[in-house]
Amino acid sequence: MAAAGPVAGTDALILDRIAAAHRADRRSFLFKFALTWVALVGALGLVLGLTGNISTEFIASAGPFILGGATITIFVSITSILLAVVLAILGALGRLSASPVINGIASLYVSLVRGTPLIVQILFVYLALPQVGIVLDVVHGGILALGFNYGAYMTEIFRAGIQAVPSGQREAAQALGMKDGALMRRIVLPQAVRIVIPAIGNDFIAMIKDSALIYLLGVQELLWRASTIGRQRLASLEALLIAATIYWVLTIIFSFFQERLERRMARGDR
Amino acid sequence: MTAELGEVVVAATDIEKYFGANHVLRGVTLEVRKHETIVLIGRSGSGKTTMLRCLNFLEEPTVGTVSIGDITVHADPLRARTRAHKEQIRRLRLQAGMVFQEFNLFPHMTVLQNCIEAPTRVRGMAKAQAVELAESYLEKVRLIDKRDEYPARLSGGQKQRAAIARALTNEPKVMMFDEPTSALDPELVGEVLQVMEDLAHEGSTMVVVSHELSFCREAAARILFMEDGVIVEEGTPEAILEAPQDERTRQFLRRFTA
Ligand SMILES: Nc1ncnc2c1ncn2[C@@H]1O[C@H](COP(=O)(O)OP(=O)(O)O)[C@@H](O)[C@H]1O
Ligand SMILES: [Mg+2]
Repeated sequence: MAAAGPVAGTDALILDRIAAAHRADRRSFLFKFALTWVALVGALGLVLGLTGNISTEFIASAGPFILGGATITIFVSITSILLAVVLAILGALGRLSASPVINGIASLYVSLVRGTPLIVQILFVYLALPQVGIVLDVVHGGILALGFNYGAYMTEIFRAGIQAVPSGQREAAQALGMKDGALMRRIVLPQAVRIVIPAIGNDFIAMIKDSALIYLLGVQELLWRASTIGRQRLASLEALLIAATIYWVLTIIFSFFQERLERRMARGDR
Repeated sequence: MTAELGEVVVAATDIEKYFGANHVLRGVTLEVRKHETIVLIGRSGSGKTTMLRCLNFLEEPTVGTVSIGDITVHADPLRARTRAHKEQIRRLRLQAGMVFQEFNLFPHMTVLQNCIEAPTRVRGMAKAQAVELAESYLEKVRLIDKRDEYPARLSGGQKQRAAIARALTNEPKVMMFDEPTSALDPELVGEVLQVMEDLAHEGSTMVVVSHELSFCREAAARILFMEDGVIVEEGTPEAILEAPQDERTRQFLRRFTA
């Protein structure tokens, strides 16, 4: 905190020294914190290296191939979350609808998806749909299953977001003569989306990890590449370690951005 | 002040409103003529807000009829959800600008965007024309330099003036204010009242719920005193404030003159 008015020379000096001491404390904390992580991860690596016959040759040669799967993981996650957002907006409007039919459809969607395991839904797209003549390519199938699943969970988030928009906003729009559709599109939804953006960020990070499940379909994403090449070359330990590390780093990176976004939204000057 | 009174702009007839079993409005009839400013006063809970909200059907009256300009709507709670009734209410609302205690500006739009949203999207006004109109009203409420600010960056007084400009840009036949200064810090009340007084003196038609007696004296053609959901007494500011006839009015006013 800066001092409000002009301060006498000695006071200013003391304030400077207090601020400097705070900064030093903080630097020292961060340094020790980072050191702890490095030490723990290093120790883990050392134990594995000594006991597990880790092949650095495999890591060097297969690493880039596995890492290449991260692009597909990210692509699938982004596309799926976008599909989920669209479904969630429709689902939320449905759950808030006064029409019993529309409300019923939306509720059934949420109930069905939340009442069954994600893995069952993925296999359903992969194994069951072809039986009724619907054959999707595996990437599209994976995106469909993930988006459909997340859309149901996010329906409740969007519903809460819509309800969190103050009723005065609706009344102001009504008083101006706006129709229900325009009121929702122009006034309520834009505010609801801002409210739920941090939650979407959280779900996106969860999606990066859940997207691993579609390796079962044969989508050549991170986990598929790691498990395939690991089995081929009898180096599953190394392969899965690489995959796990990449997932971990990805979530750390996206969590960093997510937290910044969340702070910006919380400040919310618009 | 305003010499000539024009035709009737707002006519509410026998308005009754129940919230459940709570009989909040018990047959209120009022008329507002063109260029006239009326002020509703009365104790908290006497039904002033509900009456104002019934005028533009933000609350559907249980019984009664409201006309604003050439649109008339009969209260019909049983058919409240039908398309025809909703459309008729929407057309009624287009005749009335509403200013809320809590401003209710759209936070994701700039001041100017707030103002032109309804004129362009509801009235189908060309954007250039709406912008021009909005700017003239922002000029009037002395907020033109804030036209591109978001509401969160405005003071309470500025927000309320922006809300007034927003309502004006929709070109209503009557402006309605529900305690527009009671959410404001005391030092910001004056700038909002000044704008409202200017509007009254320029001949706007206004229905105001407010306990700012200075505004009543300056701007009101008539004051209506409400108690328990009925209008107990009405008259010129001098008549009501200086020589109230009804004991309940006297009792209420004692608080202010004490
Ligand atoms: N939405 C509502 N639901 C139930 N009761 C309400 C509602 N709005 C107002 N009331 C009741 O109606 C009465 C009149 O309230 P109001 O019109 O706000 O009075 P005023 O504006 O004069 O203070 C109060 O008893 C209040 O509790
Ligand atoms: Mg009130």
